[in-house]
Amino acid sequence: MSTATLKDVGKSHDNVKEPLNYLNATNTIKSWLFTVDHKRIAIMYLVAVSVAFLLGGLAAGMIRVELTVPKGQFLTNDAYNKVFTAHGVVMIFFFLIPAVPAVLGNFVLPLMLGARDLAFPRLNLLSFYVYSAALVMGLAAIIGGGVDTGWTFYTPYSSVYSNSNVALTIMAAFVAGFSSIFTGLNFIVTIHKMRAPGMTWFKMPLFAWAMYATSVIIMLGTPVVAITLALVVVERTLGFGIFSPEIGGDPVLFQHLFWFYSHPAVYIMVLPAMGVINEVIAANSKKRIFGYEFVAFSTMAIAVFGFIVWGHHMFATSQSMYLGLVFSVLSFLVAVPSAVKIFNWATTMYKGSVELTSHMLYAFGFLGLFTIGGLTGLYLSSLATDIHLTATYFVVAHFHYVMVGGTAMGFLAGLHFWWPKMTGRMYSEIWGKVSAVLVFLGFNLTFLPQFVVGYLGMPRRYHFYPPEFQLWHVMSTGGAFVLGVGFLLPAFYLVHSLKHGEKAGNNPWRAVGLEWLTMSPPDTHNFHELPVVTWEAYEYFQESHHGGDVAPSRFPFDDEELHLAADEEVHV
Amino acid sequence: MNELQLAPIAASQYAGEVDKLFWVMNALTVVFTIIVIALIAFLAARYRKGTNVDRSNPSTHNTLLEMTWTLPALVLGLGVFTWSARLFADVYQPPKNAREVFVIGKQWMWHAQHSDGTRENNELHIPVNSPVKLSMISQDVIHAFYVPEFRIQRHVEPGRYTNMWFTPTRVGKYRIYCNVYCGTQHSEMGGWVVVQSREDFEKWQAGGGGRPFYPGGISAPTGDISLAQQGATLFKKYQCASCHADGPKASAKGASLVGLYKSMRQLADGSKVVADEGYIRSAILNPNDVRLANTTGSMPAFRGSLSESEVIALIAYIKEIGTGTPLEGGRPDNVAPAANTNTQQWRYMYGGEQYQ
Repeated sequence: MSTATLKDVGKSHDNVKEPLNYLNATNTIKSWLFTVDHKRIAIMYLVAVSVAFLLGGLAAGMIRVELTVPKGQFLTNDAYNKVFTAHGVVMIFFFLIPAVPAVLGNFVLPLMLGARDLAFPRLNLLSFYVYSAALVMGLAAIIGGGVDTGWTFYTPYSSVYSNSNVALTIMAAFVAGFSSIFTGLNFIVTIHKMRAPGMTWFKMPLFAWAMYATSVIIMLGTPVVAITLALVVVERTLGFGIFSPEIGGDPVLFQHLFWFYSHPAVYIMVLPAMGVINEVIAANSKKRIFGYEFVAFSTMAIAVFGFIVWGHHMFATSQSMYLGLVFSVLSFLVAVPSAVKIFNWATTMYKGSVELTSHMLYAFGFLGLFTIGGLTGLYLSSLATDIHLTATYFVVAHFHYVMVGGTAMGFLAGLHFWWPKMTGRMYSEIWGKVSAVLVFLGFNLTFLPQFVVGYLGMPRRYHFYPPEFQLWHVMSTGGAFVLGVGFLLPAFYLVHSLKHGEKAGNNPWRAVGLEWLTMSPPDTHNFHELPVVTWEAYEYFQESHHGGDVAPSRFPFDDEELHLAADEEVHV
Repeated sequence: MNELQLAPIAASQYAGEVDKLFWVMNALTVVFTIIVIALIAFLAARYRKGTNVDRSNPSTHNTLLEMTWTLPALVLGLGVFTWSARLFADVYQPPKNAREVFVIGKQWMWHAQHSDGTRENNELHIPVNSPVKLSMISQDVIHAFYVPEFRIQRHVEPGRYTNMWFTPTRVGKYRIYCNVYCGTQHSEMGGWVVVQSREDFEKWQAGGGGRPFYPGGISAPTGDISLAQQGATLFKKYQCASCHADGPKASAKGASLVGLYKSMRQLADGSKVVADEGYIRSAILNPNDVRLANTTGSMPAFRGSLSESEVIALIAYIKEIGTGTPLEGGRPDNVAPAANTNTQQWRYMYGGEQYQ
């Protein structure tokens, strides 16, 4: 068959009739709002977290503009405090925590496992509505007067002193927690019970391991923070003395309970992104992830040990010196092996066949930024440096390297990687690369100066600051605008691709993995026949010398096969 | 804007040590990051699709290789931990001769009480090269007392004393920041540590303190008696002596306070505690929480009727009871004009000449 005829075949599909898939199977609004299809729920989640990301980003922009001048630009003290709180609350509870699991995990996990859906499809839909309700509550609290405690809700400021919408905001975080619990429960059961025949635990893609580890943390940690936040509301509204010493409570107790969840929550945010990076690097290197077992075990180890290092957020409190020493050494023991995973990802490319696609560039961005984020974390687990640096801009820069450089980069890498599968369309590769480069450069320009100004002693959550720090803040704001443009671009070219993008075919990246076996976008039931897995994850073969890859016959890499496969679908 | 600096001035015995550790960690970070970036760039370029290189027998697993990067990283990490932990442990051991200053944090100001009775708002005058121990407590929410030039900070919590100590090594004025978010004017809750030469400090003391500055809140009244003498006055005023006689023997109604400070106390609930400042504070405010074994618990709670500032004065007095040392004489305090608008506080903290 010549190329010309192939093109004609492709066109004829456009004009005649697309094969039925999860997007075009039904068209009513009701069929979306009441869907129990994990793929449609993932799309709805994508819309919702994008809205949250946009709003959180606007708050970030306001903060950066305000801080270009030591005495502030246009906000009052109270308004500034409310804006940075809104930024933190929206980004953490409504973007970072749900982004990868609820969007990419929801869409891809059942496909990867060869399952028709998640174990509890209705619970999945409920999770989305619970999330949406929480988002509405959170936005209502922010728009209807705002909240000024910071996302950490430290007592007794939050429970007694603040005059803002603390209770409603806390209830929003509380409710959002249930949506993650539902998702986590669903993932755990799905992974245990619904893997395709032959897919043993060690044949699962590492993304599934990451989802499993994340779900375990969500199930164990979220109830603790939910109860803690509920206690703040109880003290605030009913006056029971829990955290305020004036009525017999202990303010540091709150910090212990809060960080018992909120430190593992860092891993809820970053493990899924690491899972994405595994898939993207393997597919773009056409190689099995180097040290698969090591990565799988270390993922689970992080989930467990993440629960015993919370005290490193509290070295400057009245926590005893001995506790500080224990938490510090544990933090080093946990951080070092997880940072070493960077080498596993890099060496995966060894003797591979590397393609520099836009998602690979995002993955490289992740590796670079996460390395810096991880290493600067050591300055803060180290006791002597921490009591200078804690709560300064050094910390702000550090956790943005982990959360934005890690989680947001991982999310974007995954979104670009699976977009053709989700929508059946290819986006502009050029614009994808431009966006990846802009995000990387803008990010570093925004946050590298914050390390310096942090070491100089600039406290976080400061509206006013000494004039000698201004230069660093101006640089940071400049970077934030580049970063903002980098983040906005995908919204345009991805949406544009929905109508004008080329058809993707089943397997545009020539990747292995069950999700690439089915059509793009997948059929409502995911697979026409359930796959039986007899091969390892990441089963890529290399031709020895020119770096072409050889397809195992079951994954149709070849365009010709793709079109033929699509052809068959039409007539089924 | 001043010239570019990458680290604040090092102005305490501790600052130089932290800087050394910091630069070693920076070096490790830079080396590690360069290795990662170089490795990625090299592998991505060499094995880019289409290049003609040997791709036969790719290994997907190599325990020895994984150990060669995990173990050295772990050893380096633990080395940094040990170095850092030794410095940190030092922060918990103030020298015996340290000058004690009480600090009260309050939305949104700092208040300092020296043992000679001098009080200051938003300023802390100390002599150079002599160790200072701060005993700190908050009157409302959590704050933190942070001086970047000293490379040290500690949370200031309501209901509990926390300590920090340092030896200033350089004369100068350094900013105090509150470094736990505490509400509307958090970014203006600050002031200056004024490190003076011994002569200047003594001149300042003799003159009754420098420039007390109060944007409202705790007033710094004129006083010519020391902190312990102020405590003695309060001790009389609240008739503490009717139960706690100042002799070494317990009276029928209350325990003797002689030698109380730093002694071991047996509590009614079976536990043993050292009678430090925190214990004495609880015993005054909520005596039943720390009732001694074999006592009836008839002491009234002074919670709500004493301010933190008064509690501090009482503690200063109780520490002296029965020690035989005469109470240190006080020095007169200056009364400075109150300046309590937001703008003035902002100028005081951040205003360079360009903002005057």
